[in-house]
Amino acid sequence: MTDILASLLIMAGLFFFMAGSIGLLRFPDLYSRLHALTKADNLGLGLLIIGLALHLRDPLIALKLLLIWLAVLAAGATSAHLIARHARRREKHV
Amino acid sequence: MTELLAIVTLGLMFSLFLGLLRILRGPGAGNRMLAAQLIGTTGVAMLLLLSLLLDQYALIDVALILALLAAVAAAAFTGQQRESGHD
Amino acid sequence: MNATMLLIFDALLLASIIGLAWAALASADARRSVILFIAFGLLLAVAWGRLLAPDVALAEAAIGAGLTGALLLAALQWQPRKTADTTNSEQPTHTLLETGFRWLVTLLCAALAGMLAWSLTQIDAGTAKDALANAVAANIDASGVSNPVTAVLLNFRAYDTLLELAVLLTAVLGIFALGPAQAGYRIAGPVFSSLTRWLTPLLILTAGYLLWVGAHAPGGAFQAGATLAAAGVVLRLAGRDQIGLPRGNALRIALGAGVGMFLLVGLALFALGRPFLGYPPAWAGALILLIETAAMLAIAATLVSAFIGGQPTEEKTRC
Repeated sequence: MTDILASLLIMAGLFFFMAGSIGLLRFPDLYSRLHALTKADNLGLGLLIIGLALHLRDPLIALKLLLIWLAVLAAGATSAHLIARHARRREKHV
Repeated sequence: MTELLAIVTLGLMFSLFLGLLRILRGPGAGNRMLAAQLIGTTGVAMLLLLSLLLDQYALIDVALILALLAAVAAAAFTGQQRESGHD
Repeated sequence: MNATMLLIFDALLLASIIGLAWAALASADARRSVILFIAFGLLLAVAWGRLLAPDVALAEAAIGAGLTGALLLAALQWQPRKTADTTNSEQPTHTLLETGFRWLVTLLCAALAGMLAWSLTQIDAGTAKDALANAVAANIDASGVSNPVTAVLLNFRAYDTLLELAVLLTAVLGIFALGPAQAGYRIAGPVFSSLTRWLTPLLILTAGYLLWVGAHAPGGAFQAGATLAAAGVVLRLAGRDQIGLPRGNALRIALGAGVGMFLLVGLALFALGRPFLGYPPAWAGALILLIETAAMLAIAATLVSAFIGGQPTEEKTRC
């Protein structure tokens, strides 16, 4: 039963990852691509991690996976902010 | 279950390919940096899946390192260096 | 079914890595090359993981994807910006000699690659395939650790690691010879500053974890040192002046600690009548941990010195 839930979560995670990548290709400019990337990818990773944690049933590894997700969230959001601000500054100069 | 994991890993690889297109094309360094972030996050996901598929739990540690260092490249890319002397 | 999917995965990963490497080398824009190189490092770490070499994957993730990327990007900022006009007008007309020379270099590289590939097939065909793994497994109980990679690096082939650390020390001397360190970064905005506030302690903790776990799981001094250096680099990028490097004599001790601790342990054992670096099995684990701790500090100090680009200035700066 948990395995079915885990499988669903992992597949949902993959779906969001692909959505993020497609957004990366299709969206018109840098800022919207940053949106697609940061939100979709981090959500996809979160769903994937929950699915993996359910599958493994080891609390210590689950904690480590949670830490990984939190780190990716924070680092991803910060990177997106930095890249967007940098691009905005360059635009204003030109 | 392992079949599903293998399929998902392959799917992530395809998703990464799309990111590669952006990193090669993307006009300007900002788009490329963005694609590097994508590759980083997808790499973390792939490592987590591989750790289960190959029964090598140390790969979770590798994913942790990648996750922690993900912001460093973006910060180095956008950081402004001071001129010589103190600010 | 699983095997074929992994095969496709391997093929795509291989194509991506080679494609990224080619594009990074062939690119005319330096920034593009560097970012492609960072992506290349990330995928290479995944490849090492796929090849079941987690120790190398850890090192590649910390050094190749993290530190080297930051180092190259920082170095790029000091280059004058290339506008579109200058790049186009700089297309030189190659003389015949230059073209011939390029072709010669390409052929030599291809010959080298072919020779390496041929030697790989020779290894598989012989009986020496598992000899190293078997030899290590036979002796691992006497080595003091249970991670075979650490056993080889710090015990069976400790001389090699000693010499590697000496090479790092020489590199630091070269870096210091460049002069004083560069001026540093402006204070980062609130977003990145608050990230560093928890990222730096977490990186230090992870470094300690990797050092400790290296005895029985993938990890060890090099990976821990690189992670510790990453903590210093993060502080540097946030614009802090205090980046964790000790000053003056303490810095010299830290830089020489890797080689120094090896020599100390080796000579002490020598004085006790054992061979140089021949650990007594009962003490091997503790001695290895001692040497690895010193090596971690040395490696971290070396990498941070490389990032700041010179000798840290002695003057008191505001913290």
